[in-house]
Amino acid sequence: MRFRQAKWSEPLVFELSSKGRRGFIVPSIEEKVKSIVGGIKIPKKIRREKSPKLPNLSEVDVIRHYTRLTEMSYGIDNGPVPLGSCTMKYNPRIAAEITSDRRITDLHPLQDQRTIQGLLKIMYLLQKWLALITGMDYCTLHPAAGAHGELTGVLIIRKYHKIKGQLNYKREIIVPDSAHGTNPASASMAGFRVVEVPSAPNGSVDIQALRSVVGRETAGLMITNPNTLGLFEENILEIADLIHGVDGLLYYDGANLNGIMGYTRPGDMGFDIAHINIHKTFGAPHGGGGPGAGPICVKDKIVDHEKNISLKDLLPGYIVIYDEKKNMYRLEKPKHSIGLLKAFFGNTIPLLWGFIYILMLGSKGLRKVTEYAVLNTNYFMKLMENVRGYSLEYGEDRFRKHEIVISAKNLAEETGVTAEDIAKGILDKGFYAPTIYFPLIVKEALMIEFTESESIENIERYAEILKEISEIAYSEPDKARSWPVNTSVKRIDNVRANHPRTLAPTWRVYLKKKNGLL
Amino acid sequence: MDNHPWIPNSTDDVKRKIMEKLGISSIDELFKDIPDKARIERTEWDRLEIGFGKPISEIEAKRYINGLLEKNKVFDPPPFMGGGSYPHYVPAIVKYIVSRGEFLTAYTPYQPEVSQGLMQALFEYQSLMAELLDMDVVNASMYDGASALAEALLMSIRVKRRKKVLIPRNINPFYREVAETYLEPHSVKIEYIPYDRRTGLIDLEELASKLDRETAAVFIQNPNFFGLIEENALDISDYTHKHDALFIVGVDPLSLGLIKPPGELEADIAIGEGQPLGLGMNYGGPYLGIFAVRYDMKLIRQMPGRIIGLTTTVDGSERGFAMILQTREQHIRREKATSNICTNEALSAIAAAVYLSLLGSDGIRELAELIYYRSHYAYELFKRNGFKVDIFEADFFKEFPVNFNGLGISYGEIHEKLLEKNLHGGLYIREWYPELGETALFAFTELHNVSDIEYLIESLKSIVGV
Ligand SMILES: Cc1ncc(COP(=O)(O)O)c(C=O)c1O
Repeated sequence: MRFRQAKWSEPLVFELSSKGRRGFIVPSIEEKVKSIVGGIKIPKKIRREKSPKLPNLSEVDVIRHYTRLTEMSYGIDNGPVPLGSCTMKYNPRIAAEITSDRRITDLHPLQDQRTIQGLLKIMYLLQKWLALITGMDYCTLHPAAGAHGELTGVLIIRKYHKIKGQLNYKREIIVPDSAHGTNPASASMAGFRVVEVPSAPNGSVDIQALRSVVGRETAGLMITNPNTLGLFEENILEIADLIHGVDGLLYYDGANLNGIMGYTRPGDMGFDIAHINIHKTFGAPHGGGGPGAGPICVKDKIVDHEKNISLKDLLPGYIVIYDEKKNMYRLEKPKHSIGLLKAFFGNTIPLLWGFIYILMLGSKGLRKVTEYAVLNTNYFMKLMENVRGYSLEYGEDRFRKHEIVISAKNLAEETGVTAEDIAKGILDKGFYAPTIYFPLIVKEALMIEFTESESIENIERYAEILKEISEIAYSEPDKARSWPVNTSVKRIDNVRANHPRTLAPTWRVYLKKKNGLL
Repeated sequence: MDNHPWIPNSTDDVKRKIMEKLGISSIDELFKDIPDKARIERTEWDRLEIGFGKPISEIEAKRYINGLLEKNKVFDPPPFMGGGSYPHYVPAIVKYIVSRGEFLTAYTPYQPEVSQGLMQALFEYQSLMAELLDMDVVNASMYDGASALAEALLMSIRVKRRKKVLIPRNINPFYREVAETYLEPHSVKIEYIPYDRRTGLIDLEELASKLDRETAAVFIQNPNFFGLIEENALDISDYTHKHDALFIVGVDPLSLGLIKPPGELEADIAIGEGQPLGLGMNYGGPYLGIFAVRYDMKLIRQMPGRIIGLTTTVDGSERGFAMILQTREQHIRREKATSNICTNEALSAIAAAVYLSLLGSDGIRELAELIYYRSHYAYELFKRNGFKVDIFEADFFKEFPVNFNGLGISYGEIHEKLLEKNLHGGLYIREWYPELGETALFAFTELHNVSDIEYLIESLKSIVGV
């Protein structure tokens, strides 16, 4: 297979502007309206005088421009995107059709709840299914993404300790060094100190090290399992005991749920709070960076016996409740809620996408998803055994779950060809690159996650491409530095992009700098 | 039937081949490292009522969901309601572009060379939004307007190293609540500035009395929650800067065809809800959090979120786009990052870019005027028919409060009767503004034409008997 990405050298939309062109007709104001209203009464001191400098294009110009831009982009519909940790699986098209139905898109978030009973039932079922999948008791669909869910989760941890009167000393959140950057970032946004624990050579959390940092100040631990190396934390029950032993809460980063569905659940492992990335495990598309949805599920753990408060009462947003007497669904704000994290209910469209995904697979189908995601990962691991330049840094003798991290450290040391060069070489073959340089504990990391969506042919081809790249690296290393050549542009200049003198976050800044105005 | 259309390898042959290669005789061997106590047995899992327990076909799913959607009511005309989400027209091209798989199913553009189109679209969003706001630097999106405000307040605390912010009471109450949630862990003092009961605008004297050297930021929402235009914004900007605090302006982007943009108000940070720019109301999301700052490295380095920048290829031969200033972000800076945001609302940003490209500089002004006229027409009709709409003196855009006190009927009852006529009325705001009594906020956009407005007023007249 040969690959050449489209290349249009497409000008910016501003450069396509032509005076007087129109892309959209705004209905004209009726004479009657004009005469009754009289005119615009906005005080001069707050009236915009200069029109915004938006370009003027015809409708034809606009559709061609953006269609061309799509042709210089790459998604799951184009080919494999095995970005580790991102769970880039097929996004079933049926959901695109249903989520664009007027009976969803035209619903106002503050509309009378009796007029949205269909939607509320959907969200009620989704809450229930997510609780079953994660082995937790209650869920909120409110957060807009995984990290938003994390912030929600740590705010719940905070409130838990606050209600118990121990927030003054429960100051620390423990995070493994293999954790995703959002974990420590969320913990510090919620006002906690972050304590990092190292990984042991088998890829799991170093239990001794963990023991030494767990103590009175421990408010909670954030961890994902399988971890970001794709390895299952075998000591998870012991870890849970350790944390619960000091009255800390255990937080589950659900980004890696695709590796365990039907085999174990965060609730079974001892977790108190979990987020779910609907846009990873449950088939909602990533949209080039978002939107997503990051529901949070909790165990019904007691916070205050006397006041009868449990974790579910701290959830944010609006929970869908079924009122049996009235036979209707309605929204309720938990009584001790940490508050809202965004305006309104949640990211309904990705949530509905997740609902459709789960509906169409059912429990058995979801387990199958996990089985094939894991089969695919390990098949790939076998194919990569003994390929020159690549190695496994942790848990060499262990099966992976949903993803695998390969180190190109040897290749880089011996040939100078880095993980980044490898990534560009893969692009040239028409496949998307792995996640690179993450997790931080693996040098020259190539983090690969095929999910259940990839065929054996694509997995074999991917391994072959990595082999070919290794051969080239050892024979003609200079060649690697010229990659990519088949994409719409060659390698991008990141230094220039970030240099204060040339930094151009918008077109107007670029022009101002060019004209010496900035 | 064991093979599933979304799982290409789920055929007996392929499964056998993979298992042979792995040297396993059962898939369970891949999960042996899960401790027994944490395991869920196959039979137990299968019994969980998730979906229908097993895969179903697209035909069955479609029919099932269609049955559920039948129970949602779409109002024609759309609800006369805003409060932070508005019925606006979404041009066909906007929907088409964001449904194309190359954008819809892409990840964050970690590999710029193969994602230039996506990055250009996001850069164009930032650049178009910059013109609309008259601000220099815009990020590639936040979750929504409310969380954008919360992040702007956190940012001003970092920049100014002060622990107090001023927020008017007349801003969207949902934004207030989100700001409180985000700020709670940081022992920040939020002081609420009352509004002037006559004008409905921020009470300037109260503002002056609360603004001091401890204040990190002053926020105003323009138009405010009541739909009123904060005509004293420039004075507030001056006061704020005299106290060396940051001035944050929240906008409805469509109002900027008529109202002075944050840049002209000398805002340091601008935020807003981009939903009116080509996004459905979607029962609350996805929306588009707008976040912008003026060109000042001190501010830029503290910004949350992704930013796409214009650059060139390494060989300098052509233009290219890259993610910039990533050292602010969580994947590099971890607990010291300026925000934890990772997944954002990129596709909504692209929708807004397509929308703004279609409307152009004339379209955005014409649309703002149409909305202004339509809402003022409704206001005049309300007034002529004896409804109390002159609660506040300031001019408004798109929405305004209507007071139903003393009519012998509660707004709840009025709402019921409107529903019977297939109309959805305004937003009852007593929960947040008890002092205004039986008051509801009514919103009017380009989707409410003259006969819709007249029908609403006639209906209300017959309901309350004025
Ligand atoms: C392991 C892990 N945790 C958390 C996140 C954050 O999720 P989101 O991007 O939805 O905010 C991600 C994905 O980016 C992830 O891979």
